[in-house]
Parts: sequence; C-alpha cells; structure tokens
Amino acid sequence: MGIRFDSVTVAYDGNVVLDSLDLTVEPGEVMALLGPSGSGKTTALRAVAGFVRPVSGRVLLGGRDVTDLPPYRRGIGMVVQSYALFPHMRVEENVAFGLRARKAPRTEIRQRVAEALEMTGMAGYARRHPRELSGGQQQRVAIARALAIRPDVLLLDEPLSALDAQLRSGMLTELARLHRELPDLSMLYVTHDQVEALTLADRIAVMDRARLQSCGTPRELYRAPADEFTASFVGNANLLPVTVGCGGVDFAGAGLKVGTGDAVAGARATLCVRPHLVGLGEGPNRLTGTVTEIQWRGATHRLYVEVDGHTLMADVRELRDPPRHGDRVHVHFAAEDAVLLPAGVAGDGS
Amino acid sequence: MLVHSRKARWAVWAVFLVLFLLLFALPLLVVLGASFATHWSGVLPSGMTTANYRVATRGEALEALTTSLVTAAVASLLALTVGTWAALAGAALRKRYRRLLDALFVLPVAVPSVVVGLSVLVAFSQPPLLLNGTRWIVIVAHTVLVTAFAHQSVSAALARLDPAFEQAAASLGARPSYVLLRVRLPLLLPSLTAAAGLCLALSMGELSATMMLYPPDWTPLPVLIYAATDRGALFTGSAVAVVLMAATLLVLLAVSRVRTRASYR
Repeated sequence: MGIRFDSVTVAYDGNVVLDSLDLTVEPGEVMALLGPSGSGKTTALRAVAGFVRPVSGRVLLGGRDVTDLPPYRRGIGMVVQSYALFPHMRVEENVAFGLRARKAPRTEIRQRVAEALEMTGMAGYARRHPRELSGGQQQRVAIARALAIRPDVLLLDEPLSALDAQLRSGMLTELARLHRELPDLSMLYVTHDQVEALTLADRIAVMDRARLQSCGTPRELYRAPADEFTASFVGNANLLPVTVGCGGVDFAGAGLKVGTGDAVAGARATLCVRPHLVGLGEGPNRLTGTVTEIQWRGATHRLYVEVDGHTLMADVRELRDPPRHGDRVHVHFAAEDAVLLPAGVAGDGS
Repeated sequence: MLVHSRKARWAVWAVFLVLFLLLFALPLLVVLGASFATHWSGVLPSGMTTANYRVATRGEALEALTTSLVTAAVASLLALTVGTWAALAGAALRKRYRRLLDALFVLPVAVPSVVVGLSVLVAFSQPPLLLNGTRWIVIVAHTVLVTAFAHQSVSAALARLDPAFEQAAASLGARPSYVLLRVRLPLLLPSLTAAAGLCLALSMGELSATMMLYPPDWTPLPVLIYAATDRGALFTGSAVAVVLMAATLLVLLAVSRVRTRASYR
C-alpha cells in the first residue's frame, strides 16, 4: 500500500511546521525522510500515523483518504525512538497487543506472535519483560510488535538513534533483510542520519525548515544534488561560489572547465565537488592552495586546502609522504565529477 | 554533603535525634504508655493494665473502627474514581483550562476542613439531596476532602507518562477505551495505589468536618477518641488511639504491598 501526501500543511498555534508537502511513497518502497531537527520530517510521519491533523491537504493510504481517520483505524505499524514497549507486559503480550485489540482469534494470535518474534530473532525472549532486555533487543520487540498486525505501511521514527554505533549498523542490516522478506511493506523512515538513509532507502526525501528540498534515489541525490542543502546533507560536499563563463566557470580567478547546462553566462552559481573526487597534484581543473589541516583517517588522508579564502576538502588514498601544514599544493577534479547548483549561501560569497 | 567534618556531623545527628524524639516519637510513646495505664501522676504512668484495650477492641469502639474503615474505603474509592477521571479529562485539555480544573480540585484542601464540613452540612440538609442524619453525609465530606490528593497524584503521574505508549497502542489498532484499560491505567497503577494510601490515611484521621456531620449510628473512631478524652477517659482514649494508629498502619502496609507489585521500573 502506498502513501501519498497531497499538499499537507501542519501548523501549531499558527506556526507552520510542515509546509504543503507533496510526496508519494510507492507500495513496497522504503522512503527515508532525511533532515535536521525541526525540518518537519517527524511531523510528516505523525500526520500519516494520525497523531497530528493537517490544517490543509490530505493524507492517502493506498488511495484512500485517511486525513480524518483516528490513528487506531489506519492499520499502520509504527516504531519510535523510545520503543514505547509496554513495561507491564511480557514480550509476547507486547507483540500480541495489536492483535488482541482487534479481537483476533487466539490460535491466530499465538501463531502470528511466534512468527513475528521468529522474524526478528526474539523467539527465545517471549516470556521476558522489556526491562530485562537490552536496547537492541527492545528495538527488535518493537519491530515485531508493529509487524504482528501485518501492516501495509510501517512508520519508523528515528528507530536506531538510541543504539550505539555497532548495534546500529547491525540493525540496519536486519531492517534491510526484513524489507527483502516483506517486499509489499511500504516503509517511511525518519532519520537525521545520512548513513541510515543511504543504506536503507529506495528513495530519500530531504527536508529542511518545514519543506521538502529534494527527493530521489540515494545515488541521484549523492551524484547530482539539486541544491546546496541536499549536497551538504547527503554526504560531504565542497561548495564553491563561482561565476558562470563560456564553457566553464570562474572560481577565484581560475577558469574551470565544467558542464554549465543552461546556466546563463555571468550568473552566480555554486559548484559542488565531493571530497573523494578531488585529487592531489596536477590534473584538469587544477587549483593551487595552502594546506591548513591534514587528518589521517586510516585508509585515506583528508586535506583541507585553502584556495583564495575558500577551504576545499580532499579525501585522497593514504599518502606515504603527506604534505604538511602550510605547504602549497595543487588539487584537481574531473569535469564530470562537478555539479553546478543554483547560487545559495555559498554563491552569495558569505 | 552539606556538613563535612565528623564532629559537625555528629552534632547535626544529635540535634535531629532530639527534635525527632521530642516532636514525633515522644507524643506517640506517651499515648502508647497511657494506653496501658490506670494512673499517671508521676514521671511515668502507673497501674499497668490491658483493660483499656478490652474496651478499645469491643462494642462501641469496634463498631467505630468498622465505621472508620468503611468510610475510608468508600470515600477513597470514590475519590480515586472521580480524581482519576478528572485527571484524565484534564490531561486532554488546553493548559489554561487544565490549571482551572486543578485549582478547583485543590479548593477543598485550601479551605479549612471545618468550612468543608459546614458547606456539606448546609448543601445536603435540604431535599432533594437530603443526606443529613445518614452515614452518606460523612462519606461525602470525606470524599470531597481526599479527592484533591487523588487528583493531584494522578495528574502528576499522567504528566510524566510518555505519550508514546498511548500512541504506540493506538497505532496498533487499540481504541481509546482499550488503551485506557490496558495501557494507561496499568501504567498509572503505582500512582493510583500511592494516592489510595494517602486517601485512606487522611480519611481514617479526619475529625473536624466529621464532628459537624456524623449521625449517632455512624461514629468514626477519631470522634470516639475525642469524646472519650473530652469526658476525662484519657487512658481508654489512648488505647482507642493506638488501635486507630495500628489499623491505619496495617491498611497502609497492605496498600504498599500492592504498590510494590505494581511498579515495573
């Protein structure tokens, strides 16, 4: 079942926290809502769950308008950051909760609870209380509880942010596996962590200041971001203020040969180059600058090179003889690795 | 720690002990001593006997104890029901209205209980709600007096309750009534039992409003103690007071046992 936001606006006391969101999640798709706090991503999820009421617009589930339906009649599964497992119930009672509330037959409840616990690897913990489980185990139970009602849509609100880094990466793999096992389940995944979004999502909707900034597959957003915010929020980015010239752009007095698309000559723009696509030494689109910082990151060195008052990041394969702080170096990048964006904060020169 | 030196700490403990003994322990010990005495003319009571307890656990006194227990149980139950209901309703209100509701419920505690007694007397002495002369007027007054504590305790617990529980339950398809019965009330159980204990204890000891209202066939224990000491039967009164104290402590103990079982975290 798909989810559709049709110009959904949510406001609290006249304060707009979600501004006319238009977004469609296809049946069986994993859509990540990625953005910093206050970007409206959780509000969008809560609008689907039915916990906030849009002041205008509609929310559709499988083509049905659910804007006015109370949460308990929407048939969605939800997993939240705090897990919200009922502390007075055992794991199996937690998982059975939704089925009991719907007055499912006993044999069916037993079977589905066992199935959900099996699927999340928690079958051995049915008789425990939530307080007797670790954070990761509680998370699995929360997912099992949401899946037991066999929802068509699963909402996940920062589900991994309470876990430590190692557990988080393990749970990401688990979630990806669950998605393979339940190909018809649509997931709306709210996160501020780009790694989670890039790893798990079929598509990412990038949100900022109550608005949808851009939406696309992780690869699209990474390789060809549509705006500065997306470029800097999905992966790292060098954002250089440039002026469009003929067959290239001007940056700090140097002419760079990059595709300019239909940008008008003389216009200001921002050039986005990913740090790992910046090379050290001679090459096309060469720039010369001073090393201001150098960090060793195991497999790579990250260099911060100041070129005419702008700092460029370059991630290069570990160097045997890295440059030192204050050295003059050349950096370069290929024309096809640069993306020209409309002028934003960087383009204003601020 | 507020006091660091060992000497100072001893001094503080000594001051605390003296104050505690004088203000809290001594009066109770005096009552306990008096309850076993027939005379008290010197420093210590004399003429030790258990006769006072024979009086204090039979006939009129036993009846009064039952009256107190029934009054406290019924009033606490009513107060918990009304207080919880109001707290749940208040939680769904806007902040301004919730404050108004809170203030309304605190009112009976803010006014002297004599005033509450008088107002209950005036309000329920006329048809159609003619309760004056019946046990119900005592129960109503006690309910009014203790509901404030039930309401306050439950609404404080509700404010601490993570709304995620309720929302998770709703997203799983549970109707509001089901969420209330299976999630919210069970999670509030520790606070409900704490409130019950407080209500019971307060009702068991209530005197001033009760004095204005009690009918001859519904005399709670505190009234009996007052009457006994008033007519000079100090030692019998002390024995009855010890019985009241013991009964209240037993009730609280029972409630706290329920409470331990109800706390999950």
